Amino acid sequence: MNLVTIVFWIFAGLALGSGVLCVTRRSPLASALWLVVTMFSLAVLFVVLDAQFIAVLQVLVYAGAVMVLFLFVIMLLNLGRGAGQDRKGVVGLTVGAVLAGILFIQLRFLWKAAPPAIIQVPNAMAQLQQQHGMVGSVAGPLYDAYLVPFEITSVLLLAAVVGAVVLAKRKL
Amino acid sequence: MLLGPSLAVAAVLFVIGVLGVLIRRNAIIIFMCVELMLNAVNLTFIAFAQSLGVGGQIFVFFVMAVAAAEAAVGLAIVLAIYRHKETVDLRNINILKG
Repeated sequence: MNLVTIVFWIFAGLALGSGVLCVTRRSPLASALWLVVTMFSLAVLFVVLDAQFIAVLQVLVYAGAVMVLFLFVIMLLNLGRGAGQDRKGVVGLTVGAVLAGILFIQLRFLWKAAPPAIIQVPNAMAQLQQQHGMVGSVAGPLYDAYLVPFEITSVLLLAAVVGAVVLAKRKL
Repeated sequence: MLLGPSLAVAAVLFVIGVLGVLIRRNAIIIFMCVELMLNAVNLTFIAFAQSLGVGGQIFVFFVMAVAAAEAAVGLAIVLAIYRHKETVDLRNINILKG
């Protein structure tokens, strides 16, 4: 077991543990903070998996912007206390657990479904990064082969901004 | 190669998110569980990108953009509902139930 594998499992455990805590905590505030821990651990996993640029984006966009938005809304609505029990009753819990269990069994078969060896290039990302640099290896295709989806994303974000303002404003 | 372990972690994380959506009633916590599921899928993409090329990482970029848009609009909806009903408990938000 080399160092990379050890780091991977430490932060995988951290991500899973804080994920469970995020789902089970009663207070939305505690939930949000545990979700931040999950996202930071996932950023570490991304670094281990040769995705340094995406790891930076994960910290900036998810742990930074999106979670701050969540915390803003929680504090704005004064929900930090976690008023009363908000878990479903016994029936709801059982149905939820059974459905999640079925999904888990289905996903378990994917663990061993590696893509065929002929299309796999060992260390493809590491080689790309040595050729084009960490940012360049992602930015190059983004502005080349994926240019149209990239532009459509900007339209989507504009629509989301306008929609959020329209929805949240008291009177237009 | 950490492809297998990464897929396992992503699957467990996704199921945790699904469980959260199914058993909680607080709209904001359900939103956070959806974000958790999106993150699990991102981990899958990144794990495959390690040996299959950069396409997976580009997709994660787009997923992040969509997730940010979704969070903004979703939280605006929660805000509007709270102003109307004074609660974010889904038991009291059932206009569309019929």
